[in-house]
Amino acid sequence: MISSVPTAMVPMTPAPAAAMSEAVFALTLALLLLAPLAIAGIALINAGLGRSRSAAQALLGNLALGAIAVIVFALVGASFAGTLGTSEAAFHVAGKTWGVLGLGPFLMHGLGSATPQAQLALLFEFMAVAMAAMIPWGSGADRWRLAAGCASAAVLAGIVFPLAANWIWGGGWLAQLGANFGLGAGFLDAGGAATVHTLGGLSALALVWIAGPRRGKFPREGLSTAMPGHNAVYVLFGCLLALVGWLAWNAAGAVIWLHAPLATLPGTAINTLLSAAAALLATFTVTRVRFGKPDASLCANGWLAGLVTSTACAALATPAEAIFAGAVAGFFTPLLVEVLELAISIDDPSGAIAVHGASGLWGLVAAGFFAPQSGQLLAQLVGIAALLGLALPLVYLLFALLNRVVEFRVDPDGERIGMDLHELGGGAYPEFVIHRDESYR
Amino acid sequence: MKYAGLLVMPAGFLLALAALVLFADPARRTAFVICGLAVEAMGLVVAVRGHMPAKGAGRP
Repeated sequence: MISSVPTAMVPMTPAPAAAMSEAVFALTLALLLLAPLAIAGIALINAGLGRSRSAAQALLGNLALGAIAVIVFALVGASFAGTLGTSEAAFHVAGKTWGVLGLGPFLMHGLGSATPQAQLALLFEFMAVAMAAMIPWGSGADRWRLAAGCASAAVLAGIVFPLAANWIWGGGWLAQLGANFGLGAGFLDAGGAATVHTLGGLSALALVWIAGPRRGKFPREGLSTAMPGHNAVYVLFGCLLALVGWLAWNAAGAVIWLHAPLATLPGTAINTLLSAAAALLATFTVTRVRFGKPDASLCANGWLAGLVTSTACAALATPAEAIFAGAVAGFFTPLLVEVLELAISIDDPSGAIAVHGASGLWGLVAAGFFAPQSGQLLAQLVGIAALLGLALPLVYLLFALLNRVVEFRVDPDGERIGMDLHELGGGAYPEFVIHRDESYR
Repeated sequence: MKYAGLLVMPAGFLLALAALVLFADPARRTAFVICGLAVEAMGLVVAVRGHMPAKGAGRP
C-alpha cells in the first residue's frame, strides 16, 4: 500500500506557479534575511519572562536550540520534509494518493541544482524549524536543563517538524486536500501558523506536563505564586523586534507557499500590523478592566498572539478581517493564560501554549473563514485535527521517552540557585545579589 | 488518565480522516470532521485533568 511516487505528480496547489522571476527571487530572499528578527524577538521575550537567575541560560538556550535544530534539519529533516526531494512515500487509499513523508537526498544533496523557489522554500523551513524548536524553551524556563532542551530540539527538527512540513508545504496529503477532495486549495499555512506556532505551542504543553511546574509555583494551599518575568524591557523590545521579522516572514511565506504576486505583499504586511495592533489593544483593554491597570507582560503576549494569528491569515484576509482576527486573539489570550495557570495548574512562564498554540489554531480557523475558495474551512479543520490528534500525542510520547534518557528537570538545588549558576557557572548579571526566594521557605 | 486522553486524541483524528474517504456530501463530511475534533477535545480534557496535581497532594 505504501509506495514512492514522484512529487511532480502531486503539485502543491491546484494551479502550480510559473517559474519565479529574478526580481521576485531577490525580494523574497531579502525578506527571508530579515525573518531572523522574529526569532531574536522570541528569544528576548523568552529571556525576559524568566527569572534573572536564569537569564543567561535562557538566551544561550535559545541560541543552542536553534543551532541544534538547523543542523539536525540539514542532516535528516530536510530530506523528510521533501522540499528538494524527487520522491515521496505515499499511501494509495480510496483511489487517492496520500503523501506522508519526503524521500529526498540527505544532507541537502543537490541544493545547488534545485530551482530558486525550492531553495527559498528550504531557507524558509530553516527559519521555521529554528523558531519551532525555541518556542517550548520559554515554557520550560527556570527548570528545563539545557542538554534536555537541545535533545528535544533535535527530536522536533528531525522527526516532528519535517512530517508537518511535508504534509503542509511539501506536497503531502494536507496540501492535496484541494486536489483530492475538492477542499479549497488544500490546507493553507503561508506563514507557519501550523508548522511553527501550533506545533511549538503543543510541544510546550507536552514539555510542561512532563517537566512539571517550578518549585513553589503552586503551593499546597492558596492561589498560585506570582513569578513575574525579570525584565519587562526585554519582553517589550522583543515584541518590537518580532514585528519587523514577522512582516518579512509573512510576506516571504505568501510568495513561497501561496505564490502571491508582489502587488499583494503590502496588503499582507498591513494585515500583519493590523492584527498585532488589534490584539494589543484588546489585551490592553481586558487587563485594564480585570486588574485596574494594563499588564505589561500580558500585553506583550497579546501583541505576539496577534502576530501569530496573522501568520495564517494575513495573506488571505482583508484589513477588517485582520483586525477582527487579531482582536479575538488579543481578547482571549490573557484569559487563557489565566485559566491555564489558575484553573489547571499549568506553569508556562512565556505563555507559549496560549500565545503560539491557541492563537496559531485560531489563525488557521480564521484563514478558513477568510479564504475565498469553498471548502477551505473544512480543509483547515482537517489540518487542525491532524495537529491535535497526531502531533500532540507524538510529541508527548517522544518527549516522555527522551525524559528517561536525558532528564528534563534540573535538580532542586539547581532550581534554587538558578539555572545560570547551576548550568553555566556564572550569572547574566554578576553584580546583582540573588535574594532569598520566599517560595523556598 | 493522562495516557488515556492522549490515546483518545488520535481516534478523533482517524474519525476526521474517515469522513474524507467515506462521504462525498460536504455537510456530512463537515459534521464528521467536527465530531472528530470533538473527540480530540474530549481526549485533551482527559489528558489535562490527568496531569493536574491532586488537591492536597505534595507539589514540587
